[in-house]
This record gives sequence, structure tokens and C-alpha cells, in this order.
Amino acid sequence: MEALQQFLAVYGSLINFLGINSLLALSLYLTLAAGQLSLGSAAFAGIGGYTAGVLTMKLGVPYLPALAAGAVLAGLVGLIIGLPVLRLKGVFLAIATLAFGEVVRIAVLNIDITGGAEGLVGIPNITTTWGIYLSLAIAGYAIAKLRRSRIGWCFESIREDETAASAMGINTTYYKTLSFVLGAVLAGFTGGLYAHLNYIITPREFGFTVAVDLLIYNIVGGIRVWYGPVLGAVLLTSLPEILRAIGITAGPIRMAVNGLILLLVILFLPNGLVSIFQRRGGRKQNTRMDAAPEEA
Amino acid sequence: MEILAQQLVNGLFIGSVYGLFAVGYTLVFGVLDILNLAHAAVFTLGGLVALWLVDTGGLSIWLAFPTAVLFCGLLGLLLDQVAFAPLRQRADSNFSGLISSIAMAIIFESAALGLFGARTVRFPAHTVSVHIWRWQDLSITSLQVEIVAISLLLMFLLTQFLNKARVGKAIRAVAENDRTARLLGIHVDGIIAFTFFISSALGGAAGILFGLYFDSLSPDMGHSIELKGLAVIVLGGMGSIPGAILGGLAFGLSEVLTVAITGTSNLRDAVAFTVLFTVLVLRPSGILGKKKMREA
Repeated sequence: MEALQQFLAVYGSLINFLGINSLLALSLYLTLAAGQLSLGSAAFAGIGGYTAGVLTMKLGVPYLPALAAGAVLAGLVGLIIGLPVLRLKGVFLAIATLAFGEVVRIAVLNIDITGGAEGLVGIPNITTTWGIYLSLAIAGYAIAKLRRSRIGWCFESIREDETAASAMGINTTYYKTLSFVLGAVLAGFTGGLYAHLNYIITPREFGFTVAVDLLIYNIVGGIRVWYGPVLGAVLLTSLPEILRAIGITAGPIRMAVNGLILLLVILFLPNGLVSIFQRRGGRKQNTRMDAAPEEA
Repeated sequence: MEILAQQLVNGLFIGSVYGLFAVGYTLVFGVLDILNLAHAAVFTLGGLVALWLVDTGGLSIWLAFPTAVLFCGLLGLLLDQVAFAPLRQRADSNFSGLISSIAMAIIFESAALGLFGARTVRFPAHTVSVHIWRWQDLSITSLQVEIVAISLLLMFLLTQFLNKARVGKAIRAVAENDRTARLLGIHVDGIIAFTFFISSALGGAAGILFGLYFDSLSPDMGHSIELKGLAVIVLGGMGSIPGAILGGLAFGLSEVLTVAITGTSNLRDAVAFTVLFTVLVLRPSGILGKKKMREA
């Protein structure tokens, strides 16, 4: 028991981050599941985080309603942004969501109530490790269920071939927007969790680099099953600690290992690391990469 | 009024560097339909290698410049061979190519960090002799003139090359339709590799000029221009060379004008990204984009 406590004391914040990053990776996964390449998840997390933080800190709103408000606002913005933007495909959608993310980041930098570049300081420290993992369990369960529902099949058919899906009578606009909004809601909620984990949040924590990281978690883990993104997030978030354990502390090497893993996965395991387990289980492989809606 | 004129001139200078960066970016997109996110990392390495040649190697900038540009071209070949060529036959090469270019960007950036350190560095004071010309209240340095001259010259040469030279025509043929080009006896893989060479060489040149103009270089200097470059090529029309040049100049001007009008630099990027977002939603093919690029 004492060893466990010591372990938690050393790795407690890492364990929290593993949960938060897994949740954020899942939020992007919801959008990728319908074949939509978004780089806006980090911005939605920012909207949720700042909303929840400002509500509890400055207006004295209780914790759970504040988290819910953050999630709802992120979802609303997702709806407003998603409707026009989801007409775009592939990299164009990625660029548009990226531009949206930058506008959000710059807006946060320039509004007074968010504390500008110094960040929102003094957010009450309420989120617990249990809260994070309970949310992760619920999100994972809901996403696994969703996947085998009518909505999940619609997402999958849009991802495989949008034209064919629409020819089958699927309202592609509705389902694409739904996947985008669901992703935004989960990201907004997680942003709120994250804001109440640290004393402070800054605009930097929701920028382009984070958006790309979330995409990397999904690709490295694999987007064929819901636990792929979680696996990717857990592996890559704990990678610095693993490398430290084997004696590599230099920052550039850590970064290079990160890039190398991503490169090897995309070259040799297009369905992500989860496909290793699946291959061993003798399941049939689909060599076609997920989330590949582009046409020439 | 004089301040405005000075700002316009400055915008033109920085805009020409943006244009040079974006031309290489858009060239690869035009040929392969792939967004090469490692372009900014090559840009950074170009600047840092040129600095190393001047600082440690003792070369004059006029010798270091072409050497570093050549080095960046070779990096482009490496990029193609490692990250793009193996994925070319895959159905989703646009998506997986985007991911592998992110991986290469991380690896290049970690190399820059490992080799040159994380601090901000600058060219030695005597690298280029600077004269300042004054005309009424307007001041222009010879360095600025040289930067614009080199950028415009390189962009002019590229346009001529693509229009007149045999290899240039082959590049355009591959961009139009690689299968037809192959049937016509064009060595498609060689042409693509050569396109990467040119694109990366131009990106490296932009990095050197950027470093000279702002008198500072750091391993993360690619981050800001990466997003601006995206904005420029979307604004000009993906794949369009004249569009990238005009887009670069327009972007440089919009930056300085925003600062001049609002009086602060806070909103500089917000205007740019709002414009980018609007262009994508209303006219995804950009100002000079081809009709076939329209993805909406």
C-alpha cells in the first residue's frame, strides 16, 4: 500500500494526463470515425476549459454545471462552425478547422476575462483522478456502443465512401455534423476537467501543436476500434517517462523517437498499433486505411 | 501617411518571403495533392544550416546561401523517398502522406534542436553589408532590396522553368494526371522527386532570407510561417504558383496594415486566419485556383 502511495505521488500527474489525453484523443476519434479530418479538437477543449474555468472562478457556479456549460458551449460552436465547414473535404477541412483553432486561440489571447497570454489563473482544483477515469470509462463505453448502433454504421459508411453513403439514403450532412458536434462536446467537457486539474490554463495549451498531437495519438493507436486512440494517447504521453527510465533524457532524442514511431506506424501499420493485437488474434485485416475519404 | 507608406513597403518585403515559402508549399500540393507539413521544418533547417556555414564554416553569405539551398533540396529528396514514395500506391495517400510529413517535420525539428540547440541565434553582424536609403521619411535597407530581388528572381525562374523547360512541362503533366503522364513516357517518380527537390530548395531559401530579415533564427521559427504559408496557398488557390506569389504579398500587406490600423500587433494573425476561414467556406478554390481544385 505504501509502495502504491509512493507511486501515485511520483506519477500522479502523469496518470491524470494519461486520462485527459485519452479523452481528448477520443473526442477527435468521434469526428475521424465519420471520415472527417479535423484539427479543431484542441480549440473545442479550449472553449470548454475557459468557459468552465471562468464560470467556477468568477461566477461561483458549481463544478458539474460548469463542466456541462463548457461542453454545451463547445458543442454549439461546433454546430455553428461545422455546418459550413463540413462541406469541405480532406485537407481543406483540416485547414479550415486549423484556421478556426487559431482564431479561437488569438481571441482568447485578446479577451480580458480569459486573462490573455498569462492565462486564466486561480481556477479551483476540483478534478480528481477518479473523476477523469470515470469520465473515460463512460466515454469509452458510450463510443463502443455508438459504434454498433445505427449512428455508428452511418459514420462508418460515410468514412468508407461518402457518395455511396448518400446514394444509400444516408443524410450525410446530418451525420457528419453530428460526429463533429459530439467530438466538440467531449472535447469541451474534457477541457473543463483539465482546467480544474491545474491551477492555471493558457492559450498555448490549446494550440496547433496540441491539435496535431491528438491526431498523432489516433493514428499511432489506430482508428479501427475505440480503444486505439486511448492506446496511442497512453503510449505517447508516457513515452518521455519510459525513455527517462531507460536513461534517455535529452529533449531532441525524445522528440525524434516520437516522430520515428509515427513514421514507422504510418508506413508499416496503417491501421495503428491495435492492428498488431488483431493480427495475432488471426482476424481478417482490412489493408485500407481508415478515415480516407479523399478522392483525387 | 509616411508611416503607412513605410508599413506598406515593409509588408511588401516580408510578403515576398512568405510568397517564396508558399511557392514551394503549393508546388508539391499541385503535383501530388499532398500537404507537405514538413516544409516548415526544411525552411528552419535552411536558415540554420546557412548560419552554421557562415558562422562556423567561415563562408561568405553569397556562398553559404546556394550551399544551404542545395542541402535543403537534398532534404526534399530524402523526404520524398522516406515519407511519400512508399505511400504513393495507397488509396489514401493524401491522408497518410499528411501524417508521414508530420512525422518527418518532428524528426527534422528534433535534428535542428539537437544540432543547433534551442536558443535563438543570429547571423554575425558583418554577414551582409547594409546601406540605408532614405527618401523623405521612407527608409529602405539594401538587405530588404536584396531579399525582394532574390525572392522575385527565384519565383520568376520557377515560373519560366515550369512554362518553358522540358522537365517543367513534365512536372505540369504529372500534376494534371500522373497516369496519362506515365503513358506518355514521363518518368513520373523521377519528376515527383525533382519536384520535392525544387520545393524544398525554395523553402530553404525562404528560411535563410527570413533569418536575415528578422535577424533571428530558432528551431521553432517554422511554426508561425507554417500556418501563414497555409493561409497564403489557400488564399491564392491550392496548387497555383502565381496565386501563391500574390497571396504571399497580400498576406504580408494585410499583416502590416492590421498593425497600422489597430495600433497593436495582437490581432495581426486573427485577421489573416479569419480571411483564410472565409475564403475556404465561400470560395475553396482560392483567388486563382483551378476549377478542378474545388472540393466543396
